[in-house]
Amino acid sequence: MTDIVGEGLVLVGALFMLLAALGVVRLPDLLTRMHATTKAATLGVTLIMLAVAIHFAQAAVVARAFGVILFILMTAPVAAHVIGRAGYFVGSRLWEGTVKDELKPHYDPLTHELKSGREGERRPGESDVP
Amino acid sequence: MIGAAWNLLLGGAWVVLTGHFSGLNLLAGLVFGYLVLALIQPQVPALAGYAQRLPRLVGFIGFFVKELVMANLKVAFDIVTPPWYMKPGVIAMPLQARSEFEIAFVANLISLTPGTLSLDVSDDRRVLYIHAMFLDEEEELRRDLAELERRALMLFR
Repeated sequence: MTDIVGEGLVLVGALFMLLAALGVVRLPDLLTRMHATTKAATLGVTLIMLAVAIHFAQAAVVARAFGVILFILMTAPVAAHVIGRAGYFVGSRLWEGTVKDELKPHYDPLTHELKSGREGERRPGESDVP
Repeated sequence: MIGAAWNLLLGGAWVVLTGHFSGLNLLAGLVFGYLVLALIQPQVPALAGYAQRLPRLVGFIGFFVKELVMANLKVAFDIVTPPWYMKPGVIAMPLQARSEFEIAFVANLISLTPGTLSLDVSDDRRVLYIHAMFLDEEEELRRDLAELERRALMLFR
């Protein structure tokens, strides 16, 4: 029973990684590619590590497998954020099907200032005197 | 934090007193420690809200895994079928999170859910700019993001 579950998890995990690779080739611009690589690969690694934990079923292996999952979950989004942000501000062109870009009017490429467009509004719970 | 430290201490005390040094016994000690803390919680102000946080955390993990799988399938479907159904775009999301840690946590969660990638925080930290893959239902997406942020912040407040 555990064999079947483990094998199924490895298979599904590998499938998600294949989809991630396919996404990198097929998707049209940098930001959509970052979507494919980080999420699908994260899910793939998580599933494969779960399969490893189920297959070996020893405390040392299970602990390490969960350690791998935890660190992938902590580092993958940071890497995606940094690459995507750098790519956007360096000026990589967005796909022509992009429907809206609310960041562009608020960014000043000379001073690298990024406004929020809500400077006048007061946050709930914020007092008049700073 | 105080509650977690006490729970760990009680778990450790259980292991030492029973004399069985195994992971399973430590787990039992942690469970008993948690129950004890839940019982005495109304009388100790420093523990306020500790027992409620664990079910919230479990609920949050379940909610997050569900979102992760559903959205992954959506992106996967768009990758394998030839026409593009996606409508990508950059949207500004007003932030409820204030401290550095909260903003980092929320931004990471948003990056982890497929379909959304956090790009940058505005200089005054009121708005998080997000690249989203499926903007066809923008209002729904904004509501989902606000719900994710609300649930994430409940873990710390």
